[in-house]
Amino acid sequence: MTTKLFGEPVRRREDARLITGKGRYLDDLGAGALAAAFVRSPHAHARVTDVDVEAALDVEGLVAIYTYEDLTGPMAEPMPVLIPHPQLHAPRTGYALANGVVHHVGEPVVMVVATDRYVAEDAADRIAVSYEELPVVVGVDAAREARATVHDDVPDNVAARHHQETGDVEPALAAAPHTLSFTQYIERSACMPLEGKGVHARWDADDGSLRVHSSTQASTSVRAAIAAKLELSLDRVEVIAPDVGGGFGVKIVHPWPEELLVPMAAIRLGREVKWAEDRREHFISSAHERQQRQEITVGFDDDGRITALDVHVWHDNGAYTPYGIIVPIITATQLVGPYAIPVYRVVVESVYTNTVIVTPYRGAGRPQGCYAMERTMDRIADALGLDRAEVRRRNLITPDQFPYDHRLTFQDGRPVIYDSGDYPGLLDKLVALVGWDEAGALRADAQARGKLLGIGMALYVEGTGPGPYEGGHVQVLGSGKVLVSTGLTSQGQGHETVFAQIVASELGVPIDDVEVHTGDTRRFGYAVGTFASRAAVMSGNAVALAARGVREKALRIAADVLEADPADLEIDEGQVQVKGTPGASIPLRTVAVLSNPLRYAFDQAAQQATQFVTHDDSKPPVAPGDAPGLEHRDYYSPIRSTFASGAHAAVVEIDPRTWEIDVVRYAVVHDCGNVVNPMIVEGQVQGGVAQGVGGALYERMAYDGDGQLQNASFMDFLMPYASEVPDIAIDHQETPSPLNPLGIKGAGEAGVIPGTAAIASAIEDAVGRRITSMPISPTELYDLMRDETAERTAGSQQVPLQTGVPA
Amino acid sequence: MKPAPFRYADPRSLEEALDVLTAEHGAKVLAGGQSLIPLLAMRLAAPATLVDINRVPGLDTVETTGDGVRVGALVRHDGLLRDSPDATAAARVQPLLARATANVAHPAIRNRGTTVGSIAHADPSGEMTAVLALTGGSVTVATPEGRSTVGWQDLFVGPLETSLAGPAVVVDAFFPALPARSGTAFAEISRRKGDYAVCGAGVVVTLDEDRRVAAVRASYLSVGLVPEVHDLTEAVAGKPVDGADWAAAGALARTLVDPDGDIHASADYRRLLVGVLTERTLAEAAAEALERTAA
Ligand SMILES: Cc1cc2nc3c(=O)[nH]c(=O)nc-3n(C[C@H](O)[C@H](O)[C@H](O)COP(=O)(O)OP(=O)(O)OC[C@H]3O[C@@H](n4cnc5c(N)ncnc54)[C@H](O)[C@@H]3O)c2cc1C
Repeated sequence: MTTKLFGEPVRRREDARLITGKGRYLDDLGAGALAAAFVRSPHAHARVTDVDVEAALDVEGLVAIYTYEDLTGPMAEPMPVLIPHPQLHAPRTGYALANGVVHHVGEPVVMVVATDRYVAEDAADRIAVSYEELPVVVGVDAAREARATVHDDVPDNVAARHHQETGDVEPALAAAPHTLSFTQYIERSACMPLEGKGVHARWDADDGSLRVHSSTQASTSVRAAIAAKLELSLDRVEVIAPDVGGGFGVKIVHPWPEELLVPMAAIRLGREVKWAEDRREHFISSAHERQQRQEITVGFDDDGRITALDVHVWHDNGAYTPYGIIVPIITATQLVGPYAIPVYRVVVESVYTNTVIVTPYRGAGRPQGCYAMERTMDRIADALGLDRAEVRRRNLITPDQFPYDHRLTFQDGRPVIYDSGDYPGLLDKLVALVGWDEAGALRADAQARGKLLGIGMALYVEGTGPGPYEGGHVQVLGSGKVLVSTGLTSQGQGHETVFAQIVASELGVPIDDVEVHTGDTRRFGYAVGTFASRAAVMSGNAVALAARGVREKALRIAADVLEADPADLEIDEGQVQVKGTPGASIPLRTVAVLSNPLRYAFDQAAQQATQFVTHDDSKPPVAPGDAPGLEHRDYYSPIRSTFASGAHAAVVEIDPRTWEIDVVRYAVVHDCGNVVNPMIVEGQVQGGVAQGVGGALYERMAYDGDGQLQNASFMDFLMPYASEVPDIAIDHQETPSPLNPLGIKGAGEAGVIPGTAAIASAIEDAVGRRITSMPISPTELYDLMRDETAERTAGSQQVPLQTGVPA
Repeated sequence: MKPAPFRYADPRSLEEALDVLTAEHGAKVLAGGQSLIPLLAMRLAAPATLVDINRVPGLDTVETTGDGVRVGALVRHDGLLRDSPDATAAARVQPLLARATANVAHPAIRNRGTTVGSIAHADPSGEMTAVLALTGGSVTVATPEGRSTVGWQDLFVGPLETSLAGPAVVVDAFFPALPARSGTAFAEISRRKGDYAVCGAGVVVTLDEDRRVAAVRASYLSVGLVPEVHDLTEAVAGKPVDGADWAAAGALARTLVDPDGDIHASADYRRLLVGVLTERTLAEAAAEALERTAA
């Protein structure tokens, strides 16, 4: 059958639009709208003593200026703690506009609305805000020491103490034949979507309704937040995510101050208002992720099998905790990866710093967890003189152990029970794909060229597709067009293609007849959002169930017309036909027409459904319990997350004179269950790996001691170009999920997770010095190499470089 | 990231440009805009008037003679790289020009940004400032009083700062020809391909008639506040090309430079790179010098 497109590398239908400049992004909307700009705090921690707007008032084109004093009702209250948690004992959030004290550079203090953005910035420039500076806390170590505090009433800077344990770790460590303890660090990076955030709002005073477009990953929840904060009835608010130029997590956070202030201004002024974030604003007032200090103690036996693992993480959550402790929980629970850890204890202390908030960035705590676990594996191998692949193999959960219960509680409040997987299979494929066993020859070849070569690997398991639910709506029109809608949003991942594939396959229609809409509360009001690699799992299954509902109804109606048993019917290429009986068929579009009994024939097709044409007098036109129209709405709500997995390996070459680090080979084996579209999955993996390489070798948030971000531009925040991203060899393994109808697992974030761990391992292998802090740049590697006190690995004997490095 | 208000003039002649620059206090020349426009957008610069010289005729030529290469103010970086008779002639007389230009940014920027603009911008991380210094070049400056030649030593005053004051348009930059029995090389290390260099080196090696090293000069990028030329001859003077200890020249170079550290590289790391790049480029330049001596 030609319509079975599930599993095919169908080309992304959104690409033609998006790559030829026909996308409709936030800033493409509302050409005549007023523009907002913000005066943001230049200090990391300060008391606002005065706001003087006088000089701005005569700027021609100025329309309005708002400060905290202008906020009323719920708008004057702190921003919501979006995801509360019992262990988040000291949650703090900011205000839409600063109220008294600012806690990081970039916090909005004054909002300016003017005829265009230029004028708004001119006026903002002239507003004089006076500050009294307060002591600044930057970095996780300063936060721990708590010599200064971020929030007066949180004296130890600790927002949350998250704790999970699966047994009595101390006796288990005491009984272990070997133990190792070490501390390591990982730095901040950020999502950096090409399109920043943005909001456009239009108030219809006659209708008393508000239409908001936001570059968001969660339009339904933005809608609810706006309604609550602006005291509007939910039915008076619509929120639409237009084309969104990337999210990667930063746009799941909501409501951003601007998402509330722009609609507020639109209502007060009775004019369209728009704000499109610029890059500097994005750097200093959106969100970052990843900084942690990890203190790890591991117990293991002579074979390298882990007997106990004790991890204490200090997690930098920035100035506020609007997104709760989701990131640290994910680190804590996903750290164990594909390994069977008999006794595990994890404590995460989530601490405040005077820096931009920390919320999920693709991977969301998993890269850190993977870094902790995989570097532990490397240490064990080094301590015992074992092959790193072999140590991992000995600790893997085996295929017969599924479902595997880690006895931990995941970010969705549900148990971490791995549904399915084949981790030894992943490892075997990886070893073959990257040429793990030929590393010696590669090393010798590199040495002959004057280079140091190293190889590293990292494995991960990723909980994907958490609930609570997503919904889908499928409707067949009389034209034959099939409308599919889900409330979950798209940021360019290829949802339109994938959902169309699923519906075309389920329903038996040509994919070109299927039109997909996402993230528009006018079309679908119930949704959660796009995060945690959940779109395909959640909305994919929801639209599949909705399509199955439509199919069932279509067969029922067609069976009547064709005087056949529904069980004998099939749908192919948009035709409902009796199996094995050519000619006995009816087009699905005709079924759609017949599904809606009519009095009025507004066109040719509709005549077939009018009252003097259809006959059966024995029943009402619409049977009890039935509804007009060929449509169905359904929801998918999983019992718990499904767990995808993968294994990456990196080969690096290092110039021992300049310490430049080059990733020369990168291999990925990936398992996301049944694959809807392998081309899209590979694209996701490639993009993820690019971000992984960025996080390992290039990106960092360079805060100075005063909390000033020194690299808040694309000139100095080094995202890798295509020239820095290696070619990637990809192999797939498909272990279907038993948890959902389509057997799929999420694929969106996976590519980024093991990059830092695998590359750290490869560099350590190349240079024979312990790598304890990532990312690492050539200048830092040079410092490490000439530091006489730097720890040498046991494996460092095989590194050709034995002499000291010139200072 | 929107510029503060400014007036805009697009003069059709050099005289007109100088008139506007004279009349409007705080006016600034706009060439390719690849450095100036980002500064405006970030409101790090807010000139009252921009004088766009892109419509001034006669500034877009590359003239090559036996003495050297004269690059007009509107010649884009790409004009020295592209496959054209002008670029080929220039590369023959002063090969350093194209070699260095190939390291300037990315194609989109090289299509707009100008060689002369780079020099007027006086960025010690820029390739062209170092090349002007190393070749012993100069610029021609037009002011209402007339034209004058300003040598590179008198031009660069500090980072992003030249000696040009008052109304002035740089009409061209002149890069003297590579001397006889000489070779050059250029190399740089940047964090990402096309980025400003963490450190870069351009070198010229000149041999004597016996094919022994007679002179070695080097200039570095992102090292120091203004471009400098360092004489490294003493480390290798009188040595045959294949017997010269280029590492010794690298070591000497390390003692001569005084780099700063920033978020991308420590001062020590830059010093390390000065040594390595010197050694690598000298070997290459000496080989070229030998070739050109044989020819
Ligand atoms: C992403 C990016 C990467 C870059 N990477 C590099 C790099 O690796 N190496 C590098 O060298 N450069 C780099 N550049 C800068 C680029 O080379 C610019 O083209 C160059 O620095 C300035 O030339 P312009 O013609 O664009 O000058 P403009 O931006 O127009 O002007 C720069 C300054 O020079 C003055 N000026 C320009 N022309 C004249 C003149 N004829 N007379 C008097 N004053 C004048 C202007 O008033 C202004 O102050 C990069 C730029 C970008 C945006």
